[in-house]
Amino acid sequence: MNTRGLRSQLKDSVPVTGLCPQAGPYGVQDSLRRGFSSVKNELLPSHPLELSEKNFQLNQDKMNFNTLRNIQGLHAPLKLQMEYRAARQIQRLPFLPSSNLALDTLRGTDDTIGFEDILNDPVLSEVMGDPHIMTEYKLGVL
Amino acid sequence: RRIMATVSVCKYYPGGFSFDNCKRNALLEADISKLGFSSPAARKTGTTICGVVYKDGVVLGADTRATEGMIVADKNCSKIHYISPNIYCCGAGTAADTEMTTQIISSNLELHSLSTGRLPRVATANRMLKQMLFRYQGYIGAALVLGGVDCNGPHLYSIYPHGSTDKLPYVTMGSGSLAAMAVFEDRYRPNMEEEEAKRLVRDAIAAGIFNDLGSGSNIDLCVITKGKVDYLRPHDVANKKGVRTGSYRYKHGTTGVLTKTVTPLNLEVVEESVQTMDTS
Repeated sequence: MNTRGLRSQLKDSVPVTGLCPQAGPYGVQDSLRRGFSSVKNELLPSHPLELSEKNFQLNQDKMNFNTLRNIQGLHAPLKLQMEYRAARQIQRLPFLPSSNLALDTLRGTDDTIGFEDILNDPVLSEVMGDPHIMTEYKLGVL
Repeated sequence: RRIMATVSVCKYYPGGFSFDNCKRNALLEADISKLGFSSPAARKTGTTICGVVYKDGVVLGADTRATEGMIVADKNCSKIHYISPNIYCCGAGTAADTEMTTQIISSNLELHSLSTGRLPRVATANRMLKQMLFRYQGYIGAALVLGGVDCNGPHLYSIYPHGSTDKLPYVTMGSGSLAAMAVFEDRYRPNMEEEEAKRLVRDAIAAGIFNDLGSGSNIDLCVITKGKVDYLRPHDVANKKGVRTGSYRYKHGTTGVLTKTVTPLNLEVVEESVQTMDTS
């Protein structure tokens, strides 16, 4: 839920990551891992809400941290981000769905229900990535 | 062993709306319209919904017709949705959108009230609804009339699909809103009695039903007061389906039987085998 009013935000806009081509480690399209690309697909979003929805949680967090910094000083978002970093590392193996309970509790989304809990819940997904390939990719061996 | 495409190795799908099929749908739309057909329409509740604040609380009213283009999809659908024991919400627009939105907000309000330990307020529901509808920039087509009684008295809000809200003593929404608003503007006065308020809402919805093609069938009312909710469904069956005066069934023996031949089919069991299902 949005609890920060706009008056407490003195700083300006939040940068949004767009649909730029996903460059691999060598600077070109990583066909092996991300599939084929097409310029038309990358240029425009398929739906006006696609970009905004993709980055919604990120933008909410940035806005909240900015507001917190303006009200309470730099230490408040720094401490919180440290906790977020620690909570984000508590995950199951890469091919299994993680509950992200600590992260949800920090964000306050553990007692809210949104469309991300009802539609396309990753826990109920019918397909799974290949365990070997995914762990190899995570460890950087692939 | 299931081999997945390598693309999904790196992507994390967080859930929620998926826009994967949008480009495909746009192409299909273009192709279909070239052939002269039209794609199926979403079911809407072209509707009349309204609400009024009276002396002790709030009266909400709605018709019961759901349309799919030019066809009536549901002759008796329920448009007054439960949000919390003291808050109800009427929904106009795309039927699925109003249904899901009110259910999500109802769940969120329940969790919120468990967390605060208090009865939820209408302003909370209003704020949650407007923030969610604004997030989706009007693509969720839900126009709502939210009413309830909380610790601060009776409240009535109207919420538009893009996220703007109005707090007023009487509101109407939907395709029949102009007809209903005409009745309100003529006969509304502050601090009415319950019977007068119910009659006013019933007449406003009836005006919408009889003057708007998108509204029809019965009139549902919901009277919310401090500590009590009266869900009157149907309050008034304004459009009763006609009763057939004659029977069109033919009597037995109307068609004369000329000849009758009986041929028995001899089927004998040749082989019987049992195949167990592979339930592993």
